Amino acid sequence: MSADIATRDAYGKVLVDLGRQNRDIVVLDADLSTSTKTALFAKEFPDRFFNMGIAEQNLMGTAAGLAASGKIPFASTFAIFATGRAFEPIRNAIAYPRLNVKIAATHAGLTVGEDGASHQCLEDIAVMRVVPNMTIMCPADGVETEAVVRAAAAYKGPVYIRLGRAKVPAVYQKESYSFEWGKGITLREGGDVTIIATGIMVSMALEAAEDLMAGGISARVIDIHTIKPIDRELIIKAALETGAVVTAEEHSVIGGLGSAVAEVLGETVPVPVIRVGVEDTFGESGTAEELLIKYGLTPGCIMQAVERAVKIKRL
Amino acid sequence: MEKDHSKLERIALRIRRAIIEMTHAAKSGHPGGSLSSVEILTALYFAIMRIDPERPDWEDRDRFVLSKGHASPALYAALALRGYFPEEALLWFRRIDSMLQGHPDMKGTPGVEMSTGSLGLGFSAACGMALAARLDKKDCRVYTLIGDGEAQEGIIWEASMAAAHYRLDNLTAFLDHNGLQIDGPNEEVMSVEPLAAKWRAFGWEVLQVDGHSFGQIMDAVAKAKLAKGRPTMIIAKTTKGKGVSFMENAAGWHGKAPGDQEKDAALKELEVVCCER
Repeated sequence: MSADIATRDAYGKVLVDLGRQNRDIVVLDADLSTSTKTALFAKEFPDRFFNMGIAEQNLMGTAAGLAASGKIPFASTFAIFATGRAFEPIRNAIAYPRLNVKIAATHAGLTVGEDGASHQCLEDIAVMRVVPNMTIMCPADGVETEAVVRAAAAYKGPVYIRLGRAKVPAVYQKESYSFEWGKGITLREGGDVTIIATGIMVSMALEAAEDLMAGGISARVIDIHTIKPIDRELIIKAALETGAVVTAEEHSVIGGLGSAVAEVLGETVPVPVIRVGVEDTFGESGTAEELLIKYGLTPGCIMQAVERAVKIKRL
Repeated sequence: MEKDHSKLERIALRIRRAIIEMTHAAKSGHPGGSLSSVEILTALYFAIMRIDPERPDWEDRDRFVLSKGHASPALYAALALRGYFPEEALLWFRRIDSMLQGHPDMKGTPGVEMSTGSLGLGFSAACGMALAARLDKKDCRVYTLIGDGEAQEGIIWEASMAAAHYRLDNLTAFLDHNGLQIDGPNEEVMSVEPLAAKWRAFGWEVLQVDGHSFGQIMDAVAKAKLAKGRPTMIIAKTTKGKGVSFMENAAGWHGKAPGDQEKDAALKELEVVCCER
């Protein structure tokens, strides 16, 4: 297996490699480069790294101008400041003119930990999803992060990449991983229910599926690394074949992956969809592990949701 | 002796007439702040910038970003007269399916460098363009125009800090200082003065000109090119609604279109000026 690393660490490393390959890649940060790991790029390419200071609106506006002049800017800061403080510059200066800016935001979700609610972003997928022209990617581990970041760099247009602070268990091996733009990955076949997960919840979904097997439930597991545009085909097929769906994400249950899946299925194959995520509430300080347990983001919670989904399906 | 700017003056007059005709035809738009910026735009597009309307994507071109995007009628008229697209297109301003959106759309209009309208964002993007030009070791220059009310936006000061920090001496900004914003005079709504001292304190070269004097505008741009290691802010004192007596210095004409009679009266005034000269 590949090593367990945080997706932000994988991002920092692949960014340096991309920088070596393409001189048009530039990186901007807002005084968090040691945390977002763009400091690695800054060290190797000081001329192509711009620290914009603690000024997220100008981070995005400047990135837009660089992109308008042919550069491929990666703009990084914490997810809450990228998509919260700078929402409107992203909307008007990047997405509306479809500029080639990659917003790589780290410290998404509860696993930010001790910094608490002000820094735990649980709404970034929701707010980015409603913006036209925006692609949203949320990798499950280090290997997938590398693939996602490379794909985003090669794609022409705005991309939001959601990354985390904490180490995550490796889901993939580099040698066998294959990334296809816009396509979810079926990690495990199953006939009774489908667990559709993104980010750090993918490895938990696999754990839950393994445990469900003992109780006689065969769960399919799908990794959705690209939340927008979402892989409708794969989701519809899973709903048709398994008749029940559970979604899992380290995000509010409102507006994220669960909503996106429910929107697809509500208009096509209306099967039960149970969303695992943070209920409509803010987080708090604590270790990542404590927070995941307290706010219901565990393999056990996914199993409970599966049981509910299967029960509704059998009504 | 002052140079003869009669050619530029004639173009400015045509742009003013177009602003009146466009906002009248559209029954909406922003004549006041468009009229105040006419000389700045005329000087940039017809005397200062290195551009080629035949090649709007030419890599080495100078860039202009209209950060006060609501002055789009002035920009569109300048672009049309400069040859980026036919003048007939101007009358489709703000209409459905038109390439001339209410606020500038870089994807739809040849010559528009940045989509703007949300105040402050264009100024920030212009800084990004200036950074890109320097990275590519190009000698092209980036110009941008902001409003005085726009100086109330936080991003203006974020970007001003960054432009000085990164020593963007290829960036020249104009401030269309007409003193009025939608709700009234700047100093009643939210004081912005002392503007010159603010930008000087931020590390910019600051020049102050009469924003309706071609000679002063061009002299200031020449000085801006000589300022090394820092960006330049040209504070251009202007009259909102300039050229149309009943629109001058009237906040009410910020975002109101002239009706039939007002249009005729405005065009008559702009004609008289033409003949007198």
